[in-house]
Amino acid sequence: MTAALLPAASNFAGSVDALFDALLALSALVVLGVFTAMIWFCIKYRRGSGADRSNRHRRSLGVELTWTLVPFALFVGLFGWSIGLWERMRTPPADAAPVYVVAKQWMWKVQHPGGQREINTLHVPLGQPIRLLMTSQDVIHSFYVPAFRVKQDVLPGQYTQLWFIADKVGTWHLFCAEYCGTDHSRMGGSIVVMKTADYARWLEAHADVSMAQQGAALYRQLGCSGCHGAESSVHAPKLEGLYGRRVPLSDGSWVVADDRYIHDSIMLPRKQIVAGYAPIMPSFEGRIGEDDVLALIAWMKAHPAPGERDP
Amino acid sequence: MTRPESPVPPHGASYLEAGYSLRSWLLTHDHKRIAILYTLSITFFFALGGIAAMLIRLELVTPNGTLMSAETYNKAFTFHGIVMVWFFLIPSIPATLGNFLLPLMIGARDVAFPRLNLFSWYLYMVGGLFTIAMLLLGGVDTGWTFYTPFSTMFSNTHVILAAVGVFVVGFSSIFTGINFIVTVHSMRAPGMTWYRLPLFVWSMYAVALVMVLATPVLAMTLSLIALERLFGVGIFNPALGGDPVLFEHFFWFYSHPAVYIMVLPAMGVVSELITAGVHRRIFGYKFMTWSMLAIAVIGFMVWGHHMFVSGMSTYAGVVFSVLSFIVAVPSAIKVFNWTASLYKGDIEFSAPMLYALGFIGLFLLGGLTGLFLAATALDVSLTQTYFVVAHFHYIMVGGSVMAYLGGIHFWWPKITGRLYHAGIARFAAILMFVGFNVTFFPQYILGYEGMPRRYHDYLPQYQMWNVISSAGAVVLAVSYLLPLAYLLWSLRYGPRAGDNPWQAKGLEWETPSPPPPHNFESVPLVTDGPYAYEE
Amino acid sequence: MSAILPMPAAPPAEEQFDDAAQQREAATFGMWAFLATEVLFFGVLFAGYTVCRVTYPAAFAAASRSTDMLLGTIETAVLLTSSCAVALALRDLQLGGRRVAFWLLLLTAALGVSFLVLHGFEYYAEYQEGLVPSIRYTVVGPRAQHMELFYCLYYFITGFHSLHVTIGVAVLITMAVRTRRGAFSAAYSTPVELTALYWHLVDIVWIFVFPLVYLVGRSG
Repeated sequence: MTAALLPAASNFAGSVDALFDALLALSALVVLGVFTAMIWFCIKYRRGSGADRSNRHRRSLGVELTWTLVPFALFVGLFGWSIGLWERMRTPPADAAPVYVVAKQWMWKVQHPGGQREINTLHVPLGQPIRLLMTSQDVIHSFYVPAFRVKQDVLPGQYTQLWFIADKVGTWHLFCAEYCGTDHSRMGGSIVVMKTADYARWLEAHADVSMAQQGAALYRQLGCSGCHGAESSVHAPKLEGLYGRRVPLSDGSWVVADDRYIHDSIMLPRKQIVAGYAPIMPSFEGRIGEDDVLALIAWMKAHPAPGERDP
Repeated sequence: MTRPESPVPPHGASYLEAGYSLRSWLLTHDHKRIAILYTLSITFFFALGGIAAMLIRLELVTPNGTLMSAETYNKAFTFHGIVMVWFFLIPSIPATLGNFLLPLMIGARDVAFPRLNLFSWYLYMVGGLFTIAMLLLGGVDTGWTFYTPFSTMFSNTHVILAAVGVFVVGFSSIFTGINFIVTVHSMRAPGMTWYRLPLFVWSMYAVALVMVLATPVLAMTLSLIALERLFGVGIFNPALGGDPVLFEHFFWFYSHPAVYIMVLPAMGVVSELITAGVHRRIFGYKFMTWSMLAIAVIGFMVWGHHMFVSGMSTYAGVVFSVLSFIVAVPSAIKVFNWTASLYKGDIEFSAPMLYALGFIGLFLLGGLTGLFLAATALDVSLTQTYFVVAHFHYIMVGGSVMAYLGGIHFWWPKITGRLYHAGIARFAAILMFVGFNVTFFPQYILGYEGMPRRYHDYLPQYQMWNVISSAGAVVLAVSYLLPLAYLLWSLRYGPRAGDNPWQAKGLEWETPSPPPPHNFESVPLVTDGPYAYEE
Repeated sequence: MSAILPMPAAPPAEEQFDDAAQQREAATFGMWAFLATEVLFFGVLFAGYTVCRVTYPAAFAAASRSTDMLLGTIETAVLLTSSCAVALALRDLQLGGRRVAFWLLLLTAALGVSFLVLHGFEYYAEYQEGLVPSIRYTVVGPRAQHMELFYCLYYFITGFHSLHVTIGVAVLITMAVRTRRGAFSAAYSTPVELTALYWHLVDIVWIFVFPLVYLVGRSG
């Protein structure tokens, strides 16, 4: 029923709509019940009607408990149903293909690992899980695709993620759903879902320097090897194979070198100092953009340590 | 009004006649006069907020900007939110009806701290002045939610001025809350035990608890925003090591209880209107009192449901979701109890009764949609869309504003000593119900179809429902202007009211209309429970 | 006391109250409700501080070490003593005294002023050392930025607390003057009771501020 109002184009849409429809049915039932009772009582017991008004309320505890516990049980049931779906929506499969999104006032910058760049559009293949890794250049935005039933706030200084499997070919609306200033309502775009073969052609046609290669170029341009390179005399952590590895910090704790860790090491290097190293890394905040950081991360992911598998 | 007009009984001057100078009003200690001062002020701010709403609805008739730029639109919805939340809804019932009725209903001569009460009104006015100054200097464009880092680092508008205005009016709230808590504890007449209190008094008590405990959090959060703008503190700024989501936690920790500040008093009023309209006691009195307290307490634990997609952990989402479902249970109990109170009643469909019935219907619709939003998987789609806008307007406008107007109509004879035209009043109540639904029901559909909120431009496919909604808003506006007109008219030309035109139970009806300055000639002795109507 | 003065009657209860007992009960309860709001007010600052402390333990510990523990300890002793003084002042009033109460109230105010003066010395030294963000901040090094967060919170929490101390001092002096003029007696000392309650809150807030800000992680 609700699909008539809004197209269903992702793996989640059916389940989300089923839950919505169930709640709609329950609400309709309750509204019907309460309104009928109210109207019936108002008519029957209006002043001047000869209805019998004796023995109005003798014992009420049973009725009270019933309409306390029955709603409670229903609500818990609905909660349980929703939570199962919620966990699924928040847990991307391991083989989900990453795409990188940087939001800024007032546009969406999309980058595929193969270097394909898009503004306000996202091309995805049909039937394959896609995981968006997103950050904001400035204020809080929110990536919202109504047809997919997905939405996720995009935050400055953090990475958030969103995953889906598009299961219908077509073009679907993308909106920014967190007020972000003057042109918030113009920060829209499209998700273009293509059949696998078409998508492969599109990727090839738009292939550019891959993100990993961009990262490598940045690594050279910015002079990172000056400290991190093998011939450097500066004592700096080696970056090959770093991605995904556990890193000991100077305060005794351990962290996993994930996207956020790499991002902060470049932009906020004083935040976490690796054990045994001096805190001399300069910050690149303001010198490079969030999309450049994503490229560097892609480069690091593509460089396992010699002898190691790709992470 | 079907009651025969009673002649003015021979007794001393009413509180309205105890001094006619401006000074006697601006320096009054009488809770009843303070209530009138508040009524005038909040009506003014309601008008301002309403004008902003009309501008918004006019702009939204067309998909692209026609009436105003995006900047102006953003300022309009921000102003609408700030004024309606902090300068109308939060004070409305407590500061007007609460101030007037609380001492009367418990048999007291005044509230515990009358000078503090007056000071609260002055704080409200100072806060209001800052807000008007903010408007005149160009407004604020952050939304009433002031999310960082936009409000702290990117907005070029008068955020600090707005924050100061809300900070000050927040203290008005806090002091009113302290006054009410102490009044209910310490000043009940002999025999007025807790379980003999009218439900309106219970609602004032519950709302005072929330005001006192939640509002300081808002005050400090706004101070932190001001500090960030002034000194670049960085607690919410990721580039300096801060966290913008921390702001959201602080803000919603207050703002969720705030919505209960807005609805609990309305629930109290409705219980009074229903019992008087049905001429019977309420069904399930104790469940009604405890459900209000439960809403007040559990309401402090659900703030995260405004932040399911904010980047909070999956586990946090689970916790806030279950608590949000649980907080709906006491509200459901109340709706069922109000309905059951109609059973075997002796029902008269006065204007207040129509407002109360309208409240139950609209609160039910709004509350049920809250369940949709409590379900995290659904909230992902619905949050930040017009579905949420519809949900909270159903509760706050269909709920709180209708209850407020119902209360004004019910106690008007007591407050002013005048009767208004019953027929027009009933018509206005029905018009409001219709106008409200035409305005806001389409917004549920728009939200489900994906139209985000705070959008100056929208896709053409959303236009039809937007036009219908805006048309409804015109009807709604008329239905607000009508009572303004006939109520003011009644002040001069309405027949004089007797002590108890509704034949209702309650200590306030045992005083003259309007009451004398000290409410009761002698301290009442209470022997009955509330709503002791003949069975 | 050389002469036994007649016990002054309590002033009549305000007209909204039935009797003096009800007025006193309402006033005290009202003050407790107000103190609850103050707890929540400071609570946000403590919550924010805790969140930042947990996120940047090393930077906050380092910044903590730059606070003056000696002065902080003296200030704690000063406030604790002042709470004792105001409690004793109230007790003296309730037992019918006046002169001792007067001097004890003044002592409490004087101790409050010394607290502010000592804190002023702290602020001055911190200014000299360049530890005031946005005004004079010369900290460099790996943790400078996160230490700046600490200092901002430190000035805001202690500054806000000092504002409360200042208001308390003003009220205490007023109470002392009124005591001297005989406004209070064994039958009526409610305003002093409320002042004492407020002052105890100000003291308790400091009892939390001192360990959280000055002590935790200091030796780490």
